Amino acid sequence: MTGARAAEAAGGARVLLEARGLSAVFGGLRALDAVDLQVFEGEIAALIGPNGAGKTTLFNCLTGLCLPSAGDLHLLPAGGQRQRLGGLSPNRITALGVARTFQNIRLFPQMTALENVMVGRHVRTRAGVLGALLRGPKARAEERGIAAAALDLLAKVGLCTVANEPAASLPYGLQRRLEIARALATGPLLLLLDEPAAGMNPRETAELDELIRRLRDEDGVTILLIEHDMRLVMGLAERIVVLDYGRLIAVGTPLQVRADPAVIRAYLGEPQ
Amino acid sequence: MSDDFVRSPPPGENRNPGSGRLFAEAWNSCLTAALFALLLFPLVAVRVDAIERSIAWRWGNLGWIAAAVFAISLAWRLRRRENVNRSTPSQPSPLDGEENGFREQGSALRYTGSPALEGRGWGAGGDATKPPLSPRSPRAAWLSTAIGLCAERPTVRHGAIVIGVAFALIMPLISSTYQVNVLTSALIAVILGLGLNIIVGLAGMLNLGYAAFTAVGAYAYALLNLHFHLGFWAALPAAGLVAAGFGLALGFPVLRLRGDYLAIVTLGFGEIVRLVLENWSALTNGPSGIANVPRPGLFGMELGLRGATIYLYFISFALAAGAATAVARLKNSRIGRAWVALREDETAAETMGIDRTRTKLAALALGAFFAGVAGVLFAARTTFVNPASFTFLESAMVLATVVLGGPGSVGGVVAAALVLVLLPEYLRPFAQYRMLVFGAALVLMMVLRARRALANHPGRPAQ
Repeated sequence: MTGARAAEAAGGARVLLEARGLSAVFGGLRALDAVDLQVFEGEIAALIGPNGAGKTTLFNCLTGLCLPSAGDLHLLPAGGQRQRLGGLSPNRITALGVARTFQNIRLFPQMTALENVMVGRHVRTRAGVLGALLRGPKARAEERGIAAAALDLLAKVGLCTVANEPAASLPYGLQRRLEIARALATGPLLLLLDEPAAGMNPRETAELDELIRRLRDEDGVTILLIEHDMRLVMGLAERIVVLDYGRLIAVGTPLQVRADPAVIRAYLGEPQ
Repeated sequence: MSDDFVRSPPPGENRNPGSGRLFAEAWNSCLTAALFALLLFPLVAVRVDAIERSIAWRWGNLGWIAAAVFAISLAWRLRRRENVNRSTPSQPSPLDGEENGFREQGSALRYTGSPALEGRGWGAGGDATKPPLSPRSPRAAWLSTAIGLCAERPTVRHGAIVIGVAFALIMPLISSTYQVNVLTSALIAVILGLGLNIIVGLAGMLNLGYAAFTAVGAYAYALLNLHFHLGFWAALPAAGLVAAGFGLALGFPVLRLRGDYLAIVTLGFGEIVRLVLENWSALTNGPSGIANVPRPGLFGMELGLRGATIYLYFISFALAAGAATAVARLKNSRIGRAWVALREDETAAETMGIDRTRTKLAALALGAFFAGVAGVLFAARTTFVNPASFTFLESAMVLATVVLGGPGSVGGVVAAALVLVLLPEYLRPFAQYRMLVFGAALVLMMVLRARRALANHPGRPAQ
């Protein structure tokens, strides 16, 4: 809490997500070791680090897929209650406003692109079995709303033309974008992108860069992304967090992080 | 243009690099026929007469089977090879007349007018570098387009439904009581298939003990009637709810299980229910079952046997139609999408905000409810329930319905349920070969299904 106040005093930006002393231990492996992390509202932050540094584990802890062994995790929505995320199930965390994509794309392969995004609306809608069976005016209106919202999101990421194609049949770059659209459909405050540019060519990466900026500028979604493409990270992120062996080794602007000796050591090893 | 009117060489000369390939295929078909003959030899060719203590050899039967298998196999092979040839088209040459849209008809040349070939001028001046638009032959392309259009066009589908319904409504009035009974059991199978389709097809939870829910429904009706004199109409929802309760009871322990583990647990569940019914004699009367389960009454009127049978048929028809509508609606709804999402990727579905526990339990309870209702119909049809009616084989048959019909597809499951129940009945003229033919038909249908014969095209969201 004190950290949040300090940041507010310093930059005026509000803390949206706060992790304190977050640890994740698998057997003898400390995947995360007392990580303190803050994500400010409305920023684009990047999480980088060598392979096996614990980046995806951190995402898994933030989204409830992995239970932290120690530490606190809180979401502080604007004008809302401070929410404890630790120990909540993934669907509860999504309902609170944290959405994510996956490093190895995890779409619903047999569903169409449109249906994939419509699934994302699940958490913001209510119709149950009875609504589906009786198809009352309320349920129908909700269904129309889901389809309309999903189409809007497809338009936003430029996938309108393939709305009725099965997700599995889409090319790789489009699948990545579809995953972003699906995550956006849950109406997130914070969007976690796990290597969104992996496997993309330079043109696709540039388009992704532009898309991520638009999401933040137009929709006010706070973004935290894991990425290995340093050109993308350095150009896009306003703040970079560096992990190595589960420890947080540096936080700062791209310029600061690039010059940080600890970061250079982590990536390039000790000088001979 | 003139080059296009080069006469097509007769098929089989130009297409085949040599007739040796044809002989190879024929030889393979011969081997297949020999294998079939060998396997079927004890079943078909040998007839042991236990009274006369003699063995009759019926070589003729074997000959017929070998000939039929050879013919089918050869046709199959040639067709498949044709498809392979066409899906890897070689560089088109002006002499390669096989695909240029002209077919020989008698001595005249006719343009078949395939749109896929328009603007593809092979030969003089044509841009031969342009890749073919469709890898299939013009006729095949036209046919598949036609079938596709028919299946897609709502009027055709609605027409098929209307004809089916009209047929189903007239059928009992013009056929024998026995036929009506058979049709009723087919409709019960439809309800069961649709119910299991929710659990297996939509939600992706492999359930090998589905007959247990039917047993619960059937026994619930029999026992409620025996002890509380509950009539058919009161017992119908009650038995459905009891079965749904069992669905929930099964659900809690198995929610975390997937795939093989889930299959084993549900298999065990099915057997436990059957064994309890068999051994709890005080309640269920053990293996001898409960007799005199009443047929449904119609406002206290006394219906004769035929009347009651027809009445039950119509009730089953209405419930089956309701079940089909329900599953079709569920499929294209928020909850249906959640089921499919869980089936496709459970972790991703959860991070999309789907409550795994509630959603899966809803599928299990709903599927079990369908089975309970089907169980009541079953008890009313046979007027007798015993544990032997709810063995693993019954669960397997329902599962076969879902697999054959295409998981998640409503029309496919309805068709498959009708086929799986009616086929063995109408194969009775084959006497002792009935199950043999049925098995062969099953294998054939599965193979064809793998080629998307009863393809499950993804549902479209409601407009």
